[in-house]
Amino acid sequence: MRNLKWGIVAASMSVAFAAQAAEVEVLHYWTSGGEAKAAAELKKMMEGKGNKWKDFAVAGGGGENAMTALKTRVVSGNPPAAAQIKGPSIQEWGDEGVLASIDSVAKKEGWDKVLPPVVSNVMKYKGQYVAAPVNVHRVNWLWVNPELLKKANAKVPTTWDEFFVTAAALQKAGIQPLAYGGQPWQDSTVFESVALGVGGVDFYKKAFVQLDPATLSGPTMVKVLETYKKLKPFTDKNAAGREWNLATSMVINGKAAMQFMGDWAKGEFLAAGKVPGKDFLCVAAPGTANAFTFNIDSFAMFKLKNKDAEKGQQDLASTLMSPAFQEIFNLNKGSIPARTDAPMAKFDECGQKSATDFKASAGKGSLVPSWAHGMAMKSATQGAVYDAVTQFWNNDGMSAKDAAAKLTQAAKTK
Amino acid sequence: MATPNAHYGFAERWLPRLVLAPSFFLTLVFLYGFIAWNGYLSFTESRLLPNYEWAGLVQYQALFENERWWVAVRNLGIFAVLFIGGAMAIGITLAILLDQKVRGEGAIRTIYLYPMALSFVVTGTAWKWMLNPGLGLEKLMHDWGFTSFTFDWLVNSDMSIYTVVIAGLWQSSGFVMALFLAGLRGVDDSIIKAAQIDGASLPRIYWKIILPALRPVVFSTLMILSHIAIKSFDLVMALTGGGPGFSSDLPATFMYSMAFTRGQTGLGAASAMMMLATVAAIVVPYLYSELRKDQHG
Repeated sequence: MRNLKWGIVAASMSVAFAAQAAEVEVLHYWTSGGEAKAAAELKKMMEGKGNKWKDFAVAGGGGENAMTALKTRVVSGNPPAAAQIKGPSIQEWGDEGVLASIDSVAKKEGWDKVLPPVVSNVMKYKGQYVAAPVNVHRVNWLWVNPELLKKANAKVPTTWDEFFVTAAALQKAGIQPLAYGGQPWQDSTVFESVALGVGGVDFYKKAFVQLDPATLSGPTMVKVLETYKKLKPFTDKNAAGREWNLATSMVINGKAAMQFMGDWAKGEFLAAGKVPGKDFLCVAAPGTANAFTFNIDSFAMFKLKNKDAEKGQQDLASTLMSPAFQEIFNLNKGSIPARTDAPMAKFDECGQKSATDFKASAGKGSLVPSWAHGMAMKSATQGAVYDAVTQFWNNDGMSAKDAAAKLTQAAKTK
Repeated sequence: MATPNAHYGFAERWLPRLVLAPSFFLTLVFLYGFIAWNGYLSFTESRLLPNYEWAGLVQYQALFENERWWVAVRNLGIFAVLFIGGAMAIGITLAILLDQKVRGEGAIRTIYLYPMALSFVVTGTAWKWMLNPGLGLEKLMHDWGFTSFTFDWLVNSDMSIYTVVIAGLWQSSGFVMALFLAGLRGVDDSIIKAAQIDGASLPRIYWKIILPALRPVVFSTLMILSHIAIKSFDLVMALTGGGPGFSSDLPATFMYSMAFTRGQTGLGAASAMMMLATVAAIVVPYLYSELRKDQHG
């Protein structure tokens, strides 16, 4: 891992000296099966416009490694043309004064009209577009292998009580109920869905968006934590450190029945040739059918010394937002287009359900940012909350009450 | 007209300085310069990128209130004591056993020394597979029929730091052995013979005569092992990734994740300064005593 990372940094530095005009270097972390396919589409379209695409891919699902590589490049005064950055991080980078405005492209193409305000606000720094959104991921999904559920005579859960009945039935039938990857960002991904399902939308917003100490340490949070920890007996011992796509492949291969994961997991199912609705099911995580935790991938543009490269940047922004790209890209990635007027006909039932729920929850105010995916907190706060969640999951001696106190403390990190 | 000799004298005076200048300059900038830079950053509010506004001791205060930092410090304590103590004990024992003029010593020595040739990343990955309950030792024992056997330290947050110790010992014990073996061979035979004539037993000779004579070897080994322990990073990253959770974090991995993956460059810099202080606390007294010895001649 680490060697790989240094290798990438070293390699990128060596190419940097040979950088040429009109070359668009794009940093992203789409490296697993379905994601890599989606990235390849982007490359094809950019090359179609006469730009030279330079791939700068850094492995690691949560993008932590990619951010390390990016930081090295920006500090050395040689940033890539664009990088996959999202949520409040866009504001953090904006504060550092290194982002470039793409407002002229956005005005010309009328982005304000096709993006919901909840999305476009995130893309702007001080009122100017500095980033282009490519998709909307829903995080609160439960992926189910229906064949295994049938074997155990269990039904697809819609509430947390039902979930534990189903899980117990599966375990009795000798099937591992839950595929789990024990990495901090995955711990928090699952925890977030539990919190939304057990506590509801208002609780979620108060606790994780407003970081209200009373809510974070209150009885509802204790109940959420207890429910979360109850999942552990349904996972396997080797979960520690497992990558998310390996956990997904356990569901694909019938080694485990269910997984909590965002809809990027769908790309893995599709890449394995599985059919949604038949070989696998996508359902909202228990108790969250009416809510939507969003995770929006976007590309932020960096100020470059080479003026020729700006044209490439604008081409990139325009390509990213084109309906054609948003359609084909999201078909591969498993998410839905960020622009609301993109055609949805070719999407499968998971995608269409996601798009319907996205619009519906935006109207109802139950569209909430996924904090586990950097959409609600600054990276330092988020990191501290990760630590608290992951410590609770791994330390069997810790009580839910203590964990709630830790969470409250962590949320104070500035 | 200058004589050839004068030219030679000039070159003799300036050539060494010229040749040494680049490396001296590079060390000055890239080592001491960056230490100073990092030291300065630890007194700023640096977030995502360095920022040079003086902020006093806030980062140190935040560091000392951070639970994860104390977990890392405690882990370093456990790791350093067991790793240094264990590697010394195993290394000395192996060296003494090998010193008994065994047959095939060369081959055995190579076998024990070989782990040192591997990088910590390789060691960590190999041990990760061996210690993984679903892949390695535990599975093997289950397959052999010992189904009650459990060895899940790697995924147990109370024990994970000990797996780092195990892998570290495997890596470094052979190296300690080689150092001591060389030391043992350097002890004057006549002293040992004299002791034998006086009727001292073999363990007594080792304990009272040979090991005290190896004092310099003991010190240099301690120095090498303790700085390996303090800057240990790759082994943990490859073996446990700091997990489960952050239970096997060491100060070096803490520093990395704060400074590079979270926007807390200032906090990372503060923790790096604490590590530097720890190393200095060990190295400075040692250097001082060594240099003083030189002066006495």
